[in-house]
Order: sequence, then structure tokens, then C-alpha cells
Amino acid sequence: MARLTFIGGVHPYDGKELSKDKPIEVLKPKGDLVYPLSQHIGAPAKPVVAKGDRVLAGQIIAEAGGFVSAPIYATVSGTVKVIEPRRVPSGDQVMSIVVENDGLYEEAEPLRVKPAEELSRDEKIKRIQEAGVVGMGGAGFPTHVKLSPKEPEKIEFVIANCAECEPYLTSDYRRILEEPEKVIGGLKLVLSLFDNARGILAVEDNKPDCVELLKKLTKDEPKITVKALKTKYPQGSERQLIYAVTGRAINSSMLPADAGCVVDNVDTLVAIYHAITLGKPLMQRIVTVTGDAIAEPKNFLTRIGTNYQELVDAAGGFKAEPAKIISGGPMMGMALFSLDIPVTKTSSAILCLTEDDVQKWEPGACINCGKCAEVCPGRVLPSKLADFAEHYDEEQFLKYNGMECCECGCCSYVCPAKRRLTQSIKSMRKIQLAKRKK
Amino acid sequence: MSDLRNVSSNPHIRSKMTTSNIMLLVVIALLPTTCFGIYNFGMDALLLVLITVASTVLTEYIYEKLMHKKITIDDFSAVVTGLLLALNLPSSAPWWIGVIGGVFAILVVKMLFGGLGQNFMNPALGARCFLLISFTSIMTNFNCDVYSGATPLAALKSGESVNVMDMIIGRTAGTIGETSMIAIVFGACILILTGVIDLRIPGSYLVSFVVFIVLFGGRGFDTAYISAQLAGGGLMLGAFFMATDYVTRPITKNGQYLFGIFLGIMTGIFRLFGPAAEGVSYAIILGNLLVPLMEKITLPKAFGKGGERA
Repeated sequence: MARLTFIGGVHPYDGKELSKDKPIEVLKPKGDLVYPLSQHIGAPAKPVVAKGDRVLAGQIIAEAGGFVSAPIYATVSGTVKVIEPRRVPSGDQVMSIVVENDGLYEEAEPLRVKPAEELSRDEKIKRIQEAGVVGMGGAGFPTHVKLSPKEPEKIEFVIANCAECEPYLTSDYRRILEEPEKVIGGLKLVLSLFDNARGILAVEDNKPDCVELLKKLTKDEPKITVKALKTKYPQGSERQLIYAVTGRAINSSMLPADAGCVVDNVDTLVAIYHAITLGKPLMQRIVTVTGDAIAEPKNFLTRIGTNYQELVDAAGGFKAEPAKIISGGPMMGMALFSLDIPVTKTSSAILCLTEDDVQKWEPGACINCGKCAEVCPGRVLPSKLADFAEHYDEEQFLKYNGMECCECGCCSYVCPAKRRLTQSIKSMRKIQLAKRKK
Repeated sequence: MSDLRNVSSNPHIRSKMTTSNIMLLVVIALLPTTCFGIYNFGMDALLLVLITVASTVLTEYIYEKLMHKKITIDDFSAVVTGLLLALNLPSSAPWWIGVIGGVFAILVVKMLFGGLGQNFMNPALGARCFLLISFTSIMTNFNCDVYSGATPLAALKSGESVNVMDMIIGRTAGTIGETSMIAIVFGACILILTGVIDLRIPGSYLVSFVVFIVLFGGRGFDTAYISAQLAGGGLMLGAFFMATDYVTRPITKNGQYLFGIFLGIMTGIFRLFGPAAEGVSYAIILGNLLVPLMEKITLPKAFGKGGERA
């Protein structure tokens, strides 16, 4: 049988050996914690605390700003120092609650009221909503919205996205190896919401140990199968993943539910598990601190709100001058100009690369080689789209399916002329998306 | 830590393949047939190759210098153009043919249209056709120290018999780089294995050409005749090295098949029904002109709109 995959994609150096064998370390923050009110797609959360209030770990500090939104919880005990705009990974200034850590880590009462088995479907989704669970793979889409499709009986597949196709990232890998029962538990909870669905743990085949382990642990689960996918970036992209696993293709204006699928990332499933069985809100996540500028690459279980600098220090600091610091992976992550940034619900990694890895290239003339079109998982023509974007030709951009781009970065990665294709296309897409909203 | 680092949009890593790497690979892939040409035709050929390459590179340099543009000769594209042009000249041509051709290729066909990536016609072929029209007797004189008389393709057209084995090895009259099928295919393999080109265009070109001459060549399925047609003239050099020129071929997959088929048919028409024995150059530059149209009618479907399987 052909290996499960999609057409296009690239194979960058994966750098995972730097941190893949480093067990998850718990990191307790020491300094102030910063909670941006917008760590998810949708309306920003609304603060429910004021300056000077004392808060406990697990206490709600901002409530959801609407249905497509998520509440935010304090992750340490301490005092609200200030509510002011702070820098987030994207470079924006976002209104944030700053909590001065008292170092006691006093915990609030869990949300728990009833054991999981007694909860109805709606109660489970409500619990996930209250816990502030959002897609932790990067997009930050509120999970309860994903789990509330119009016709839940039409969901046939719940896919656990264990692909982790971004180079260097090992947080999902470590989570699966160290706490597979929580990942599977989370998947079973989501499956319990959809009567006609089967669960699929989709793992890239560069993680054979995860595939074996998950297979062993799910051999008595008739509704769950483990599927190994061909290792290729961007295999973990939602649309490419659904296609590889089910053979169903959705375009940019469709939702996974249109293909009968719900896709959740590894850490999201763990958060769902924590929310429902332990009544714990989303307070922690695993962050890989890696790259060849980092002295001791590691995987940390860290509290949301922790300063990036604390993580870098805990990984031994820099052993070489970093040329670029990235929040997330090298293909889709965001370059940072400062480490004074908090861990949010969607921070998967802090990647510090040296000059060799992120050499600066001057863009040259397009030679029409077509490599970008060959690797494009969206099956569009990036070189043409970038031309249209650069000349602000909206009509042609839309006609050539510019909105089908998923901004994965493969085109810029392969371009021999080193054109900034993704950047140009991304800018145009942002303009078009903003126009649609109007 | 507040110093402004290298902040840019994703992706943050790039593959190591660059434009100059690709051009250099093309030069390397052309070396087997270049060396064979020099071995076959002697020092005249070597001199002509050097002069032509020097004139393309110098033309690009001087033009960019005078126009106050960034000097781009380090991308090796002018070397590729010069080398391809030289391989398309008869070894008996005087040195100034190489100079005029080189200047025309770079100045008129490439730079005046905006430089690398902007030309709508393959510069080497554009220059070759210009020379063919302007200096027909020089460009079609294949008499040299080693060979006299007609090229195998011309002999074939007038009904004489040819030695197919000589044609495949390349021990025949012709332009410097077109005679040895073996050397050209060996070079093409380098490009295919390194991923610089694929078989879409050469494959559809050669297959459609064979189909055409079987149907209209008047000899039916005559293996010797087909082999001679394939090995003769500039077909191999054209199919693997010039029809595959990135800038002047369609970027869409189906457009490339269409392009190849069009070239096969046009080459067949020119060779069978035209006054000259050869037709590859004209077929390719005619195809170049139709590239925008071919792309337009073969736009790919996006993922989720039917394009996920192709």
C-alpha cells in the first residue's frame, strides 16, 4: 500500500535529534507572569480581576469574550500587578494581565463537579469551554467550537494530529512517549461526543516508537486505529492530514466537519483530558527550547504566562550567538526581536538558530523553474501569485486561487532565486481576508 | 535583550539550491557533448566555444555596467546561453559569428526584455535563428577538416543512406554540440538525477515527434529511419537542454506536456515538409511564443477543488 501522504511538500533538515531524547522537565516560573487576553482566534477575553487582586493558580482571570473565544486562568498564585499592552510572539502589543508571582503556587479549587462518566455531551463541551481549551498546535481555534459542528452525527473521523511535521519540534513526541494514556484518554473523550466517529492517531513515520507504543495501547480499542504517515512537511497541516488519512480533500472555505472530520493536536487532547477528568483548566503546555544556539536543548512542561527568557535560561542559555530566535518551528514560526514574551496557549517551541541555518539571502529574479508549484501542498502557482501580490493585482490573485494558500512556507523554502514568495502571498491574503470581514 | 534581530516572515530556513547552482549544473551537464564536439571537430570548435561564452558573459557585464544595474554574471546564466549557442554553431564558422551571436542573444533577446527570467524566447536559440537567417551559407556549411558533404539529416532527406551507429556516437558532420546522442543523453541524465529537469517535456516531445514521423514520414515504422531522425540534427540537444529552459517553457504540468507535443509536431512538420532538413530551433522558438497561452489553458486546480490528486 502506498504510504499515506499528499502531493507536494518538502523535506527540510529536521533537527529533532537535538531534543527528542530529553525527557519533559517541569519548569516553575520565578518572575512575573503575563497573560495576553488574545491567545486564541476570536474575541479577546475580558478581565475579571483588577490591579492589586490576589489570584490563585487555576483561578479565572479573564472570561471568554463571546462564543468564539476562550477564558484565561492564572497559572501561579500572586497579585495582579497591572493590566497593560504587552508584546506577544507575532510582534503585536496585546492587552495583558500581569501577575506578580508570590512563589507559593497555591492552587484554586478544581472546576470538577461530576465525574466524567456522568457528564452529558453538552456538559462535556461546556467543561472544555470553561477550561479555556484552544487548538494548541498553533492556530489557537477554540476547541469547544470545533467540537460543536452543526450535525455531530455526520462526524466520521476524530483525528489526533500527532504528525509534528515542523522541523526541530519534539513537544508532541515527548508527550506521546511519556503520557500516551492522556493522549488516548483525550481522544476517547472526544470520540464520546460523536456517536458515528472512529478515532485515528495519525503519526509521521519518523516516530516509529510512538507508532508502536500507541498501537500497543490501543489494541483493545475497536474504535481507535493508529496510522503512520509519510514524513513530509506540512503533513500536520489540517487539510493535508485529513486528505492523507481519509482521502477527502477540503478547500480553504470548507471546515474539517464538511469532510466528516474533527482534528485535534496532541497537547489539545491532553488539555481536554485534564479539563474533563481532572476538572483542571488549561494552565500548562510543553515547550521545546532548541536550536544549535541553545546550550542544552530541552522539553519543558511550563506554565502559560512564563517569560521566554526564563525558558532559555533553564536550557543553559546560548552557547553561540543566535542569528534568529523563532517562536514555533522554522517553517511557520514567528521571528522574535526580543525574548521578553510570555508563553501562550499556542507556543510550541523557542528555536534559536545560528547564522549557518538562517543565512540571509537576497531575492533574485524568478527563473520560472516551477519548483514552488511542485512542492505547493495547496496545488497553486506560488511564483505567479507572488507576482500578482507584488503588483497588487487582486483580480488575478483570486483567479489563480490565492486564497487556497496555507502559508506553509514550502515555496520560499525551495525557491532557488530565494524569492520571498510566502511573504508576498501572505500579505495579499491578509488584505483579502480583512476585506471579506467588512 | 532588546537588540533588533533578524526578524522576517516565515519560513526561516531555505534550501541550499540556488539559481547559480542550477546554472552550474546545466554547464556541467553540457560538458560531455562540448568535450565530444571539441574531440570531434578539433581546436576550431574549442576556440569558437570560448569566444562565444566570453561574448555572452561580457555583453551582460557591459550592459549592466552601462545601465547601472546589479551585475548578475555570477548566476552563470550567460555562460549557459553562450555555451548552448556555441554548441549550435558549425565548427567552421568564423570567430565573429560567435561574437555577433553572443551579443544578439544577451542584448536583444535577454537584457532588452528585462534580463534573467523575463525573456520570452530562449536566447541561444533566438540568436541561432538570427544567424541562420542572416548568415545562411556560413551557418549551414558543415564542411570542415574532418568531414565534408552533407549532415546525416540532409542526406536522409535526399534519400541517401546513413550510418545510424555513427550518428548515435556522434562521428558525423553537424554543429559542435549536436552530433553525439550518447554524450547529450549522458548530460541530460545528470540534470534529471539532480532534479533540475524532468522528463515531461523531453518525453512528450520525442514521443510525439516519433508518432508524427511514423504517421507522415512515408516509411511507416522503420526503426533505422526513426533512430536516424532521433539522433540526427539538434533534436536531442533541443529536447533535453533547450525545450526544458525554465524561463521559456510553461510552468504548469499539463502545459509542459502540451508544449512537448506541440514541439514534436512542429519539428516533424519542419523536417518532413520544410525546405531544410532541420527544424528543431524554429519549433522551439515558435513554442516559446505560445507559452503564455498554454499556461492559461492549463491552470492547475487547487487542493480541495479537484487538484489534490494531480
